[in-house]
Amino acid sequence: MLTGTVIVIASFVYVGLLFAIAYYGDKRADAGRSIIANPYIYALSLAVYCSSWTFYGSVGRATTSGIGFLPIYLGPTLMAALWWLVLRKIIRISKANRITSIADFIASRYGKSQLLGGLVTVIAVVGIIPYIALQLKAVSSNFNILLRYPAITATETQSNLLLISERETTFYIALLLAAFTILFGTRHIDASERHEGLVAAIAFESLVKLLSFLVLGIFITFVLYDGFEDLFQRALEYPHLAKLIDFGGDSVNYTSWASLTFVSFLAIMFLPRQFQIAVVENVDERHLNKAAWLFPLYLLAINIFVLPIALAGLMHFPVGNIDADTFVLTLPIAQQQPLLTLLVFIGGLSAATGMVIVETIALSTMVCNNLAMPVLLRFHALHLHERTDLSGLIVSIRRGAIVGVLLLGYAYFRLAGEAYALVSIGLISFVAVAQFAPAILGGMYWRRATRPGAICGLAAGFLVWAYTLLLPSFAKSGWLPLAFVDHGLFDIALLKPLELFGLRGLDDITHCLFWSMLFNIGLYLVVSLVTVPSVAEQIQANLFVDAQRDPGVRRAESLRSDASINELITLVGRFLGHHHAQEAFAAYARQRGAKSVRDLGADADLIHFAEMLLAGAIGAGSAHVVVASVVQEEPLGIDKVMNILDETSQVLAYSRQLEQKSRELEVATTELRSANQRLQELDSLKDDFMSTVTHELRTPLTSIRAFSEILHDNPALDPVQREKFLGIIIRESERLTRLINQVLDLAKIESGNAEWHTGEIDVREVIEEALSALSQLFTEKNIIAELHLAADFPPITADRDRLMQVMLNLLSNAAKFCGQSGGRVRVGIVREPAALRVDVEDNGIGISIEDQHTIFEKFHQVGDTLTQKPQGTGLGLPICRQIVHHFGGRLWVKSAPDGGATFSFTLPLKPASGTPVADVELLHKFGLPHTT
Amino acid sequence: MSRETNQTTVKILIVDDEPNIVLSLEFLMKSNGYEVAVAGNGEEALRMAASFMPHLMLLDVMMPAIDGFEVCRQLRVDPVHKSLKILLLTARGRESEVKRGFSVGADGYVMKPFSTHELLAKVRELLQDTPH
Repeated sequence: MLTGTVIVIASFVYVGLLFAIAYYGDKRADAGRSIIANPYIYALSLAVYCSSWTFYGSVGRATTSGIGFLPIYLGPTLMAALWWLVLRKIIRISKANRITSIADFIASRYGKSQLLGGLVTVIAVVGIIPYIALQLKAVSSNFNILLRYPAITATETQSNLLLISERETTFYIALLLAAFTILFGTRHIDASERHEGLVAAIAFESLVKLLSFLVLGIFITFVLYDGFEDLFQRALEYPHLAKLIDFGGDSVNYTSWASLTFVSFLAIMFLPRQFQIAVVENVDERHLNKAAWLFPLYLLAINIFVLPIALAGLMHFPVGNIDADTFVLTLPIAQQQPLLTLLVFIGGLSAATGMVIVETIALSTMVCNNLAMPVLLRFHALHLHERTDLSGLIVSIRRGAIVGVLLLGYAYFRLAGEAYALVSIGLISFVAVAQFAPAILGGMYWRRATRPGAICGLAAGFLVWAYTLLLPSFAKSGWLPLAFVDHGLFDIALLKPLELFGLRGLDDITHCLFWSMLFNIGLYLVVSLVTVPSVAEQIQANLFVDAQRDPGVRRAESLRSDASINELITLVGRFLGHHHAQEAFAAYARQRGAKSVRDLGADADLIHFAEMLLAGAIGAGSAHVVVASVVQEEPLGIDKVMNILDETSQVLAYSRQLEQKSRELEVATTELRSANQRLQELDSLKDDFMSTVTHELRTPLTSIRAFSEILHDNPALDPVQREKFLGIIIRESERLTRLINQVLDLAKIESGNAEWHTGEIDVREVIEEALSALSQLFTEKNIIAELHLAADFPPITADRDRLMQVMLNLLSNAAKFCGQSGGRVRVGIVREPAALRVDVEDNGIGISIEDQHTIFEKFHQVGDTLTQKPQGTGLGLPICRQIVHHFGGRLWVKSAPDGGATFSFTLPLKPASGTPVADVELLHKFGLPHTT
Repeated sequence: MSRETNQTTVKILIVDDEPNIVLSLEFLMKSNGYEVAVAGNGEEALRMAASFMPHLMLLDVMMPAIDGFEVCRQLRVDPVHKSLKILLLTARGRESEVKRGFSVGADGYVMKPFSTHELLAKVRELLQDTPH
């Protein structure tokens, strides 16, 4: 009934079931309701450790060494006790650094070294291939045994034929497993490293292999025999079997036990598939707490019946023509139990496929990320940098790697597989991955460890392993000459691979473990100590060693991230305005395809985004400090220590700048204060001016109004008086008009709105015209006017009318202060180096020293206060000074109080640059209106 | 000299540094029957107040050297001028100046340019107590 077809169909149905589970697991994961997010699934998936080796090989091992199969499970049990310490730290480091494989982990620790990542990948691939070969061997040999059902043994010829067919079967199984793995592990185009569905299927497989093994064990112990006691009693009747259960006797090789325990102690952590499941696929580090006792419990359960099955097998097949590694299958076949046989086969299939799938996925990730991509990215010809979506390429590389690894496994199976028992093959791989231990564990706890140290240690360990374990396995299979094993390389006895440097008396595994570890650890320590870690290494070292400094667990982390988003928005809002910040984060979320920024989580990108937003407002250095104050760097934030140091110096510089600015600000404040004071003074000056102008305007107006009313009210006024009053009204009106004109004139000049008609003028001509205009006045006052001119002088550039205004003002002033008789006004033009100087000298009453300054102020009139008030507006001289200044000259007065006064002004021969001469031109240039 | 209460003429001293304003005030007061004296500045005003003993003083505020406020203040501390009425004339219309005028003891305040009718009414009002 158990035909090949039935077996194949059953196998495919089972695999289909696994696919269904994986599909369901992925769906649930996509929906955010992970089915693997519980410690039981985690513990079951960790049991991927139990491969064909366990399922078939333990029994085989037990037939030769009794409980000698146990160290392989003692080691993991011991390590499980340390998980809360070591594995948790590894998980934390890996999550924080998005580590995807064991190669990634080591490379990252030692300064993100691509060389180291590649080396680890090579070691892992080479080291694991025997292990994969083991699975292929187990599946194919058991498949072939099953095909002979119900027979157990084959004839010699059959056996030879079968050997050939087994090779073919193995090849097809390798290809099938490759296809299976590709379908399982790289179904996702996005090349993500997490495989929730796969983990679910692996956990299910663990359950199946445990149950099928237990069912078989119960069947043998309690159906074939009457329980453990009966079985052991019967076994004791065979002397060679009694030896196997004599736990205290010579059968126990303590050295071997210790080394196997030790090597499996390390393997449970550093086998690529264990790292994949325990670290990369870990959903929640708290699952470790339960897994730490569930997993050893699983190991205990799956091992309970190993010895009974082994003893039963030995008792049933005493001849020795049955491979002990197949007892698990041959016993039910012998008992004619097709269903049990099929169940056991499915269990074994589970064990093998689970291991192969996870192992090859882990290896393909390494090959892709640490070997292929670094190489490809170096070939610029491939233009990988320009390709935005590399996921397709990555998936292809991983698929290729999967096929490659399985074919290599098949190749090793063909080369060496047949010469070894399952367990022996597996141990070769165990010792290989044990080489990772110093670099990983050292890296997690020893800051001083360096990249050269890790490379040297790993390389040395790997070479010693290859020389003392891998190559001899080839030699024993006849693929390499045995001579180098028997006599040492180049016939040097010290180089005998199995007795290196003369070390004897150890089994191969212990021997290899001893030497490889000695070289590995020795070089790792020595080279680390003599080399100096680079900055990148130091950063990573701190990151790894200090990973557990923050006791916060993951849930707290996620809570905190949520809090951080709000804090970030609030923080950014503080600098950019709340509304603006909300908008910016909402836009960021939309860009990421999320409804709200709160759906995104406060990851590094968001924090970076917040920093960028802030940097626009307050500068990069302060933005980082500000954001850091809120974000509370993750426990592993120390990886930014160097950056922060750098930025701290920037901040220091920034604070120095701040101090500088604050000093400048103080100066500016002082300046502003004094400017404000000046403004207030100017304001009060303006008030005074307005008040004065008002006064000056009201004064003539008062006379005009008063006399107008008088004339109006007194029609009978005598004509003389009437005439006199009317004259006053007219003169006061003229005065008022003049005053208004001058106020406006001055305001215009001062505000720069005056119109200037600048041109070349002859000063003499202007003076003569002014004198002739005032000749009437001079004649009335009997004033003699004299004109003294320099020999010759060039024309100057000025506004003729304005110059005339100045001359008329100065001349009439001079006339005003001249005495009633003997008055004399003298005008002189003197050529100075760069200017013409015009002097207007009178012999009048003179101006006191204090008045010499104030006469140029507005409305300041000088006169004999005891006599009549001088007629004038008090604006003449201020206007003159403004005009002369405008020409680029200056106006001043010299006087002895009793000896007349001399008003002088200069006119530059060339208009001074920077003076407002060009005001009008400028106004024209800019098209600005100006009043006339 | 003393102020004769039984005298029929009322004496007014006009103080201003603006000759035309003085002229107009002089004409106005004289034509309304007042006896008028004139001062062109503060110093003169104080001298004339002592000699002329006016019943009322039309006092310009803004004058060089001694301004109207000062004249007013000095007259008020002299008991001789207890009954003298002082009417300030100013061309500056600030509120603070009005206050200051009253604080130094002025009896009235007239803004330039003034209405002659209003000025005369003010003068008559201040001189009500003075017997004619």
